[in-house]
Amino acid sequence: MSRRGRSTSGRLPLVLLLPALLGLAFLLVPLIGLLAKAPWSTLPGRLFSADVWQALRLSLVCATSATVLCLLLGVPLAWLLARGGLPGRSLIRAFVTVPLVLPPVVGGVALLLVLGRRGLVGEHLDAWFGISLPFTTAGVIVAEAFVAMPFLVISVEGALRAADPRYEEAAATLGAGRWLTFRRVTLPSIAPGVVAGTVLCWARALGEFGATITFAGNFPGRTTTMPLAVYLALETDPDVAVVLSLVLLLVSVVVLASLRERWISGLR
Amino acid sequence: MFRRTALAALAAVAALTLAGCGDDTPAASSSPSSSSSSSSTPALSGNISVFAAASLTGTFTQLGKGFEAANPGTKVTFNFAGSSALAQQINQGAPADVFASAAPKNMDQVTDKGTPTNFVKNTLEIAVPKGNPAKITGLKDFADKNKKIVLCAVQVPCGAAADKVFKATGITAQPDSLEQDVKAALTKVSLGEADAALVYKTDVLSAKDKVEGIQFPEASKAVNEYPIATLTKSKNPDLAKAFVDYVLSDKGKAVLSAAGFDAP
Amino acid sequence: MTLYADLQVSRGSFNLSLDLTVEPGEVVALLGPNGAGKTTALRAIAGLLALNGGRIALDGSVWDEPPRTFRTPDRRPIGVVFQDYLLFNHLSCLENVAFGLRARGVDKQIARSEAARWLETVGLSEYARTRPRALSGGQAQRVALARALATDPSLLLLDEPLAALDASTTLHVRAELGQHLQRFEGRTLLVTHDPLDAMVLADRIVIVEDGQIVQEGKPTEVAHRPRTDYVAQLVGLNLYQGTASGTTVTLTEGGTITLAEPTTGPVHVAFPPTAVSLYPTPPSGSPRNTWPAVVTGIEQHAHTVRVRLDASPTGPSTLLADITPAAVADLHLTPGQPLHTTLKATEVHTYPV
Repeated sequence: MSRRGRSTSGRLPLVLLLPALLGLAFLLVPLIGLLAKAPWSTLPGRLFSADVWQALRLSLVCATSATVLCLLLGVPLAWLLARGGLPGRSLIRAFVTVPLVLPPVVGGVALLLVLGRRGLVGEHLDAWFGISLPFTTAGVIVAEAFVAMPFLVISVEGALRAADPRYEEAAATLGAGRWLTFRRVTLPSIAPGVVAGTVLCWARALGEFGATITFAGNFPGRTTTMPLAVYLALETDPDVAVVLSLVLLLVSVVVLASLRERWISGLR
Repeated sequence: MFRRTALAALAAVAALTLAGCGDDTPAASSSPSSSSSSSSTPALSGNISVFAAASLTGTFTQLGKGFEAANPGTKVTFNFAGSSALAQQINQGAPADVFASAAPKNMDQVTDKGTPTNFVKNTLEIAVPKGNPAKITGLKDFADKNKKIVLCAVQVPCGAAADKVFKATGITAQPDSLEQDVKAALTKVSLGEADAALVYKTDVLSAKDKVEGIQFPEASKAVNEYPIATLTKSKNPDLAKAFVDYVLSDKGKAVLSAAGFDAP
Repeated sequence: MTLYADLQVSRGSFNLSLDLTVEPGEVVALLGPNGAGKTTALRAIAGLLALNGGRIALDGSVWDEPPRTFRTPDRRPIGVVFQDYLLFNHLSCLENVAFGLRARGVDKQIARSEAARWLETVGLSEYARTRPRALSGGQAQRVALARALATDPSLLLLDEPLAALDASTTLHVRAELGQHLQRFEGRTLLVTHDPLDAMVLADRIVIVEDGQIVQEGKPTEVAHRPRTDYVAQLVGLNLYQGTASGTTVTLTEGGTITLAEPTTGPVHVAFPPTAVSLYPTPPSGSPRNTWPAVVTGIEQHAHTVRVRLDASPTGPSTLLADITPAAVADLHLTPGQPLHTTLKATEVHTYPV
């Protein structure tokens, strides 16, 4: 069963290989465009400006916090969808995907209507606890989590539905309650799905723009994440926008590649 | 009551979003038989694409309908977006016949164009939610840290104008957010999230159900000129010129001033 | 104390209705074809399936009695060995065995040392850190058994514990399983479709067909007095215990059987009734197992006739032979008639006890 053994499947069929390479090229061409347009000579100077690092740090902090929030809420939601035996489950699943379909700007407005200072819930948060989410870093996290959560929920639910529920039965016969079974048996067995979902979720949160700027606004150091900085840079200096995009891309690729390697190898 | 406001706000944003995504401009902007007529009063026909600043969405849509009615057989398609984005699209070869910018700077960025004409100017106003709950009285309130203040980012025209005003008056604004465009700033006010924003008079007027405008004398320090020009790559230059003339005509001026624009 | 299970389960058109009891130290085998409801019965007792009617109780505590009482599996003192073992692949063998103890609140260190002891008992100490997917089928089965027994359950449930093994390892694993079951002081319920498993491992066999018990009793009883054609086909097997020495097995009930392959020690000896031939006179040549016998019964089955014989004192006192109806006519078979029987040594199988 050596992986290095010769492939037994023969040559790759051209009918798959051709569209596969086209697909890859399609995804990579915009990146190449960015690289080609990058102002390499002035790049270092632009890179080490305080604004860039501030936006990058904020982006990473917010995307990671949003991902943690999504994990805390999304994994149980996925479990409920996959195992809860709820009536009208397909309808609930459709609702879960609403943030995927909704234009992010509209999602941001919807969040304002609920969590804003005069929103359904936000009104009470403000009146009772003095909490106001818009224009705050917490608001950025909420907006990113709203948009990114479906990616996590759908991945984890898929993994749960593919997982063999008899392992959970085995755990029950060994005296494990549902919570222990979930923690010690279900969750480890769907770990690859959770990792995949987390990666997607984090990447989506990192690139989030519309809902963030609508719900949390834009203020350097507080709510200006990289995508917002990129957008505003585009208004005046497209070169800076290219540099910022490259930084965002580079950081996300490095983080995803290294984390994924570590997570997956940890599971073997 | 709340629900109706909410729905209206959602609808408004949806409309904005859709307008912003208007890159479905027809590829063929003129019919081949239209331009070669040698008659002294050429019959106008065919299509043109007008790239116009987002703040012109209402007025230009109305002007387009008026123009089409006055010239049967013509069709005007609009692409509304931020002026700088439009300027870039045009320079990248987007099929545009007319460009109406919200700032001379963006007009300057466009290379292949006819002589621009300033057709309106827009003045800043303080927008506050209906009823002015935070009791905003003037520009000095923008320095109050306890008030939720929203400005446009300096990179976009309304932000640049606001910056000019504050520099001229010596007031240090304490914004909570620097919005990506004037409509976003207005949305924050109309939803009551912000106590005040600095936007254009026309924007206040467009949202007069939810927003009140407060004029302030310092606004004269940063008046925004709107230039309009035909583009030399137009496939239907006659129709493009006719549309620009229509905007500059008395009918055009009437529509624009009704929306709050001042004459240049 | 006895486990009482009056199982009433309906699923669509299928109805299960079984009355079972299992005494401490007893191994009861639930034997029947696929789809008979054996696994459903096991799942109901384990609490993985709720009864529609009836009652399950042990030691005066009720596990399931609809509509009032239902204890979830984690609140029943059971251990289950599943058909494909269901070992947790993300845990080592030791952690698998310790899982039940940890789930029941045993301190981590104590659970681990107890689990290590169980792995030693099943002879897999050196695999403590191994992930289950690296184990052979037989090893996985032993880990599953250790995991089920580690919590010291009152009731051990085995669902086709040998079905996932290949034929060559089944023999050995079955013998080992038998030893562990003998040492286990609790109650054991074994579900199997393999008559041999039931015969060798169980103290009592309950035969289930279409959700109903068709016969129950000690293995030899069931084998020798099948009450229905189905049972006769199913358990149609000559099965004895004895002690082997070389190629000769001395049967516990008297008589000897000669084997093709030498072996030693206590063994089960089994051969199908078709391996036995009947002759009116002593056969010529020298088949190694030749016994004079007396016909004690004749049963007509679908395509064959099963003849019951007494071959004592040289052979087994109860011997089954399947012959064709034509042969019955040729031999003029009647009860009490003396005959000569032969058995081919190559068709005799032995299993270590």
